[in-house]
Amino acid sequence: MITVEGLSKSFKVPKRSSGLRQATKALFHREHTIVDALKDISFSIEPGEIVGYIGPNGAGKSTTIKVMSGILVPDAGTCTIMGYTPWKDRVSYVQNIGVVFGQRSQLWWDVPVIDSFELLRDIYKIPEVEYKDNLDLLVETLELQSLLHSPVRQLSLGQRMRCEIAASLLPSPKILFLDEPTIGLDAVSKIAVRQFINTINKEKGVTIILTTHDMFDIEALADRVLLIGKGSILYDGKLNELRNRFGTHKTITVDYREHAKRFDIPGTSLLSWSSERAIFSVDTEQTMVSEVITQLSNQVELIDISIDAQPIEDIIVQLYKEYQI
Amino acid sequence: MKPYSSVLKLRLLNGMQYRSAALAGVATQFFWGFMYIMIFEAFYDQVLHNPPISLKELIVYLWLQQSFLAFIMLWFRDNELFDLITTGNIAYELCRPCGIYGYWYAKLLAQRLSSALLRCFPILIVAFFLPQPYRMTLPPSFTTFLLFLVTLMFGLFLLVAISMFIYISVFITLSPVGSLLVFGVIGEFFAGLVIPIPLMPSWLQEIAYMLPLRLTADFPFRVYSGHIPQDEALMGILLQLVWLAILVLLGRIALNKALQKVVVQGG
Amino acid sequence: MSLYFNYLFILFKSQMQYRTSFWLLTIGQFLVPLSLFAGLYFLFERFGQIKGWDFYEVALCFAVIHMAFAISECFARGFDAFSSLVHNGDFDRVLVRPRSTIVQVLGSKFEFTRFGRLLQSVLVLVWALNNLAIEWSVIKAITLCLMIISGVSIFAGLFILAATLCFWTIQGLEVVNIFTDGGREMAQYPLNIYQKWVTRFFTFVIPFGTVNYLPLMYILGKSEGNDLLYMLTPVAGIVFLLPCLLVWHIGVRHYRSTGS
Repeated sequence: MITVEGLSKSFKVPKRSSGLRQATKALFHREHTIVDALKDISFSIEPGEIVGYIGPNGAGKSTTIKVMSGILVPDAGTCTIMGYTPWKDRVSYVQNIGVVFGQRSQLWWDVPVIDSFELLRDIYKIPEVEYKDNLDLLVETLELQSLLHSPVRQLSLGQRMRCEIAASLLPSPKILFLDEPTIGLDAVSKIAVRQFINTINKEKGVTIILTTHDMFDIEALADRVLLIGKGSILYDGKLNELRNRFGTHKTITVDYREHAKRFDIPGTSLLSWSSERAIFSVDTEQTMVSEVITQLSNQVELIDISIDAQPIEDIIVQLYKEYQI
Repeated sequence: MKPYSSVLKLRLLNGMQYRSAALAGVATQFFWGFMYIMIFEAFYDQVLHNPPISLKELIVYLWLQQSFLAFIMLWFRDNELFDLITTGNIAYELCRPCGIYGYWYAKLLAQRLSSALLRCFPILIVAFFLPQPYRMTLPPSFTTFLLFLVTLMFGLFLLVAISMFIYISVFITLSPVGSLLVFGVIGEFFAGLVIPIPLMPSWLQEIAYMLPLRLTADFPFRVYSGHIPQDEALMGILLQLVWLAILVLLGRIALNKALQKVVVQGG
Repeated sequence: MSLYFNYLFILFKSQMQYRTSFWLLTIGQFLVPLSLFAGLYFLFERFGQIKGWDFYEVALCFAVIHMAFAISECFARGFDAFSSLVHNGDFDRVLVRPRSTIVQVLGSKFEFTRFGRLLQSVLVLVWALNNLAIEWSVIKAITLCLMIISGVSIFAGLFILAATLCFWTIQGLEVVNIFTDGGREMAQYPLNIYQKWVTRFFTFVIPFGTVNYLPLMYILGKSEGNDLLYMLTPVAGIVFLLPCLLVWHIGVRHYRSTGS
C-alpha cells in the first residue's frame, strides 16, 4: 500500500542574526545552515494497518507526513502510495487520502458544520449517494447529530476534533493521516477519538498513520510503531517488542505491617518509603521480581503487593535519551 | 512619569525590529509623494492668477506629509487596545498602577514616534537631493524651523488626543473597523491630507478652520514653508494648546465614563 | 465554477455572522473613495482642467479604475490576504485537496464589503457619462466593458504576484501596495498628466495605461489614427494575467520543495 524508499530531504535555514550590523549584512548575503530533516528513510505499510509515528519535536515526523500527503517534494528517494507518487500527481492522489492536522482546522469557522461538509462534498466531487451513506454512518458512530447545525467556533475542542475527522472521512479515503489528533483534548474526548479511530480502521479498513506525543494514543491504537529521531528511523516494529526490549524496569508496590527500617535490596532502588508502604523500582537485568518478593517477605509481614510494568511513556523517554535525540 | 517613559522606550525598541517593514514604508511614501507632486504639477501647468499656495510650498507640504505620515494618520492603530476593549480583557488594564488614559496615551504616542523616527529621515534626506521640481526646500529662516518643530510636536500631541476618542468610541460601537473608518475618512479630509486646505473652496475651509484636525498636519506643514507667517504661527500654537487641553479633558471624562460602564457590567 | 459559488455561499454566511461590522465596513468602503472623489471635485473647481482633460472625463477615468479595483478586491481578496494563509500553514491544507490551488485560494476569501466601493464608482460612472457628450456605439460600449475587465485582470494579476512573493518572504511585502493602491490612485487620472517615464512604466510594464488612457481617448473621440488599435488595447491588461499565473506556479513549486 505504502512503500517508502531512501527518502531524503534537507532544508536551508537562514542563520538568525541579531544586531544592526548583522542584519544589514544579511540583506546582501544570507548565511544558511543545512538541516537534514530526513535521512534515507525506508519503510512499507500494508493495507489496514494502524502505524504510530513517534519521535521528539523536530525529528522529521511532519516532514515525512508532508511528503506522503503530497505537500512537499523530497530531495531523493521514492514513495509509492496506491500506485501514485504523491508529489507528482497531487490532484488525483489527494482524492484518495484524508489528512487531519490536529492544530489546524479544515472546517469553516463561522458556519454550521454541515455547510462545511457540503462544501467538502463539492471539493472532492463525492457522488450524492456515497456522501449520504458516509454522512449517516459518521453521524451515527461519532454522535454528531447535535453538532451538525452549530458553527464550528461554538464547538469544544473535542467536538471539533470529531467533526474534523468526520470531514476527512467523507470522501472515503483509503489512507488517513492523523497529525496529533488528540492534542489539547480532555481525557474523555481523547478516549472517544481513539475509539472512533479504531472503529473506522476495523470497519472500513482505512489505513491509518498517526503522529502523536501521547503514548497512550499509541498504546490504544497502534500495533506498530515507527520511531524517528534526527531524520532516521530508529525503530520499526511491534509496540510490545519495544516494551520487552527496552522496558527493563518494573515497579513493585508493597503494603506491610509497621516496619521502622528502610529496605536495602540489591538490584532495586527505593522510590518511596514509609513505615507502612514502599515502592521499588526493579532492574530486571540484575535481579528477578520473584527474588525481590522473597527477600521482602523475609523481612516484613506483607499485606498487599502490586507489580507494574514500566509505563510506555518512560520507555520512550529512556529511548530518546539513549539515542540522544 | 517613569512608567510612561519606559512604555515609550519599549515601543521604540520594538518598532526598530521591523526594519524591512519600515524600508517598504519609505519606498511607498516616496511613490505617493512623487505621484501627488506630479498631479499638482499638472494642475499648476496652467496659468493661475494668484494661486492660494505656490507649487513650491505645496511640494514642501507633500514631502512633509509623506515623512510624518505616522504623526498625522488617524487610521494608524493599535490592535492590542482594540482587542482589550472588545474582548473585555480591559479589566486587567485596570489593575495597572497608573492612570489608564495616561498609559494608553503614552503607548500610542510611542508607537507613532518610533514609526516616524524610522521613516522620516530617509525620506527627508533623499527629498532634499531630488532634482527640480521635486526637491524639498529648507524653511525660509531658522525661527520658522523652530516654530515648525514646536507646531509639529503639539500637532502630534493633539492627534494622539484625538485618536484616543477612536478607542473610547469602540467601547460603545464594539467595532474597531467602523470607528476607524468614520474617524479616518472625516479626520483625514479635514486635516488637509486629501487636498491641502488652501486649495479647498472657501466654505469648506471655514469648516476646516473650526475643527482641531488641521492643526495636526496642515498647520505645521505650512508653518515650515512660511506660507503661514510667524505671528500667525504663534497664534496657532496657542490654539493648539487650547484644543489639547480641551480634548485631553474630554477624553479623560469620556474614558472614565466608559470604564465605569465596563466595571458595572463586570466585563 | 459551481464550486466557486459554493465557496461564495459559505463566505457570505460567515460574513453575515458579523452583521454590524459588515455594514460599517461596507459604508466605509463607500465613503473612502467618496472623500477622494470630493477632493478631485474641489481641485477641478479651483483649477478647471488638468492638461486638457475636464472634470467629467477624469471622473469617468476615476470610476473605471475604482470599479475595477473594487471587483478584483471582491474576488481576488484571497491572494491579497495570502500572507496569512502561508503564515499559519493553511496552505498545506490547500495542497491536500484535489482541486487547483488557484480556485481554492480564490475561494478562500471574498470581500463582500467592497460592494460599497463598487456602488460608489457606479454612481460616479453614471454621473460622468450623463455629462459627457459621447457618440455612443456598440463598439464603444464594448470598449468600456473591456476597460473594466482589463483593470480587474491587472489588479488580480498584481495580487497574485504579491501572493507569490509570500512563498519567499513575508517581510516588507507592503512595497507591493505601490503597484496596487498606488496604481489605483495613479490611474484615477489619465496617465498622460504624469512624467514620461511614469506613463511608460504604467503602460508597458504594468499596463494601466491600456485601461484608462488609450481606450479612454477612443471613447472620448480624442484618438488619432486607427480606432481599432485603441479599442483593443485593454486586451493587454487581460494578457497581463498570464505571466502572473505562471509565476504563481513557480512559487507553488518553490513552496513544495522548501516547505517554508
